[in-house]
Amino acid sequence: MSPLEIVILLPLVAALAIWLGAPARLTSVGTAFLNLLLVLGLAWNFKSASAGKAGFAYESARIVLDNPAISFAVGADGLAIILALLTALVALAAVWQINPDKPGIYHIASHLIAGGAFGAFLSTDVFFLYAFHELALIPTLIMIANHGHGDDEYRKSVAWKTTVYLGVGSLILLAGLAWLVLEFSSGGKLTFDLMALKAQAAATPLPKGTQSTIAFILLIGFGTLVSLFPLHSWAAPAYATAPTPVAMLHSGVLKKFGLYGLIRIVLPLLPEGFYCPCVQNALLFMLLGNILIMGFVTIHQKRLDDVLANSSVMHMGYIFLGLSAGTETALRGAVLLMFAHGISIALLFGLAGRMRNQIGTLELNKLGGLGAHAPVFTVLFAFGAFASIGLPGLANFAGEVMIFLGSFTNFGSTSFGPLQWAVVGALWGVVMSAVYMLRAYRSIFQGTAMAGHFVTDPSWSQRVPFVLLAAVLLVAGCCPWILLGLFKTDLATLTDAASTAVQSATKAVSH
Amino acid sequence: MSVFTIEAFLAILGLVLLMIEAFAPDISRRTLAALSIGGTALALVLFFTVASHETSSLPAFVQPWMKLDSLAIFYKGLSLVITLLVLWLMHECAPYLSKYTVDGRLSELFSLPLIVCAGMMWMAAATDLVTVFVALELVTVSFYVLVAFARKSNLALEAGVKYLILGALSTGILVFGIAWIYGATGSLSFEGISAALAKPETSKVPALLGAAFLLAGLGFKVAAAPFQSWVPDVYQGAPIPVTTFLSVGSKAAGFVVLTRTVEALIGEHSIIGPEVKALLLVLGALTVLLGSLPAIFQQSVKRLLGYSSISHAGYLILALACGDSIRTGMTSGGIVAFYLATYLPMTVLAFLVLAVLRVNGQGEDIRDFRGLGKRSPLLALALTLALASLAGLPLTAGFMGKLFVFFSLVDHAYWGALVCATIGAAAGFYYYFRAIVAIYSTEGSSNEPLKLNIASKVGATVLAVVIVVLGVYPKPLQHTLTKPVEVAAKASAH
Repeated sequence: MSPLEIVILLPLVAALAIWLGAPARLTSVGTAFLNLLLVLGLAWNFKSASAGKAGFAYESARIVLDNPAISFAVGADGLAIILALLTALVALAAVWQINPDKPGIYHIASHLIAGGAFGAFLSTDVFFLYAFHELALIPTLIMIANHGHGDDEYRKSVAWKTTVYLGVGSLILLAGLAWLVLEFSSGGKLTFDLMALKAQAAATPLPKGTQSTIAFILLIGFGTLVSLFPLHSWAAPAYATAPTPVAMLHSGVLKKFGLYGLIRIVLPLLPEGFYCPCVQNALLFMLLGNILIMGFVTIHQKRLDDVLANSSVMHMGYIFLGLSAGTETALRGAVLLMFAHGISIALLFGLAGRMRNQIGTLELNKLGGLGAHAPVFTVLFAFGAFASIGLPGLANFAGEVMIFLGSFTNFGSTSFGPLQWAVVGALWGVVMSAVYMLRAYRSIFQGTAMAGHFVTDPSWSQRVPFVLLAAVLLVAGCCPWILLGLFKTDLATLTDAASTAVQSATKAVSH
Repeated sequence: MSVFTIEAFLAILGLVLLMIEAFAPDISRRTLAALSIGGTALALVLFFTVASHETSSLPAFVQPWMKLDSLAIFYKGLSLVITLLVLWLMHECAPYLSKYTVDGRLSELFSLPLIVCAGMMWMAAATDLVTVFVALELVTVSFYVLVAFARKSNLALEAGVKYLILGALSTGILVFGIAWIYGATGSLSFEGISAALAKPETSKVPALLGAAFLLAGLGFKVAAAPFQSWVPDVYQGAPIPVTTFLSVGSKAAGFVVLTRTVEALIGEHSIIGPEVKALLLVLGALTVLLGSLPAIFQQSVKRLLGYSSISHAGYLILALACGDSIRTGMTSGGIVAFYLATYLPMTVLAFLVLAVLRVNGQGEDIRDFRGLGKRSPLLALALTLALASLAGLPLTAGFMGKLFVFFSLVDHAYWGALVCATIGAAAGFYYYFRAIVAIYSTEGSSNEPLKLNIASKVGATVLAVVIVVLGVYPKPLQHTLTKPVEVAAKASAH
């Protein structure tokens, strides 16, 4: 049995145990802690475990269906390990910060989401990769509908909107994956095994037209799940409405599934499709929509949770930019930013949830001067906010810089094409982030306090999850090589394919 | 002993129980239920011992009309399992059902399902249209009685009348279609029809007309659009066990006939193949849409499940329309059988929960689900799994079948039908999730724990486990079903 199977099953077992009546908080935090230790151990050991292997470490496979060939196969490369680390960290923080007076379903839902996310990131079988993500969606939707913020009518409507968007998105994704698997079929045998699919894609790539059509379908499917503009409108209300642990886990971890899927499936299997000019240009337009339009939308928000939710949609644009460039630097930056954004947004949502519990409102113009009463709280929030802006020394900065540099050079090409223009546009996003985050920070923590609106510093035990996340931001920001060192060759092969695809595309254009 | 003996045993047991009730009115309900359930269980055990023999065959006098291929064996097993489950549900529901009969007696309720079961088992093996027709009528006529069983309830009477009138009409249409087919092809057996349709000299228009009427008649039985309008009313009015029986048993029986009919009509060189395929595609897509879109607005869970059953029929018809798929190596019959096998546990489980709520004095609306998460966590979880599986979520039983259907559609590039199927599945997310959200809703109408007997607890747990196991590990089920595929492939290779 691979240790990765334990990582996936542990949260699911914890959820089952809590359902059967185990003490909720103890089981929940204990399991999350155990899982974090396990994932840290696996990451520590990753270099030696993956030494001499071309593909994944910690592999195992159990066949569940012969034709189409589906197996419960797990394995980890650098990308999967980093995202598993993100999941373990955010899961621990999310369950730890749950108020003791909340019912057990908060813990059950959090563990189901975490288990689904682990499963999605660690599966090397396309079927289970898809299935685990769906598993994580159900508790998310139930929690928004039944335990979200706001009145009954409103949160139900938000939950429905989210259900329909994500449901349709996953179905489009499924149709795309089914087509992909069918195209790679040989002799009446279908396979969902990622390694087998990769081998086939390397040996006999699909024709370019098919590639770009499937790549576009998958981009729309995955894009809906990552709130790619203009398919984003479910995300901001969902995060603002969701109960705190669900908002932390979904925006921090689960949303990264769409990006992960693009890197894991689309880039290696359909390189020519993803990097053909039509798909690229469409993607550039959409990601600029994420960054610029959503940037302005975020500036206009009047409540902290809306600011955070919209900023989370906006920041996805940078990561898409990294994917769209496809150079090694940009891809590494994108993965780093996935990690950093997950940690920082989880920290911010966790603190905002605490604030809502204590004050009952998150309206920016009703708050002020909180800093004087709660210095620790303020500092923790500052970590999250400044990381989110992209201040050097915190994790997001490293990711964003790598993306911008990697996208601008784009395989050493000297031409100033659409990608370079997109980078120029995207840079303005950093300014907008600074505007809304600093404004929110100023109006909440500085100035004079409004009557009756105070927060107190969290008690020592309640500080742990937030301090943990803030520390990770600082460490990953100052020493990003700790994470980047986990990549070996897995992204290099991707960028080879991308560079060939880009160069053949440019040639086709120049001829 | 042959499989035919078991079927005859079931039919005779049904008649004997009817006689016992008529001549010994004092016999207790419990005894009748025990006899009936025990008899079916015995038949099931015998069936598995007999069917596992490679050499099991039918007696000579039925061989001209019946054939025991693996598809037949599979559907016979399915019929026995669903009959057993339905009889058990009837026993569970007996206390409240007896309030709705004139003299409080329920005997036919325990004997008619046995006769239905025998009919379904014959239908599964039938190789010509007359045998199909006789078996089908045996099933349908028994259902006329069962649907209207709760005679004191107006809804049940309405359901009974609707089912009777539309059922009789569809029977007429079916016979008409059979007559045209016979006229056009000169044969009543599926093989003969297929062979005649492959000849270019067979006249096309009469054959097409016959095929259209045949499909319309069968379409009524499996609730395909545009013959689906009876479903919600009948599902709502019929007693819960009968609804379960209709939605799984009657549908499975209809689909085995439809599978064989369609295979005969769209065989390799069939002169009407393209037309029938196009017709089925349109019908299937329409059925999915007319099932899943109205379901969005339903408040009654029974009506909701009725519409859901329509949309499931739509996916199955789409699978049949695609025919065998070369790239996936799956036959359309195999896909349909797989789908129906996974459809059984989830539907029975959903109706079981409804039955428990009903016995506890609750209604059948979505809002009656509220607070179920507190009142009975076990039932809540089981129902969540059943609904998620009906919606076709991965890792539950319902996903694989849908995936196979989508594969077939993509493989044959039927994009329009694919779009309709996708819309249907997306709408499914909405209406099943509405029910799931209600289960975990905090503002429950009552908080007292539900009374559950051991049998219900065990039944719900087993069905829920089956749903998850089939979703995570479908290999064994597929293995039992791929046998016919391989055999067929070998046969066609020779």
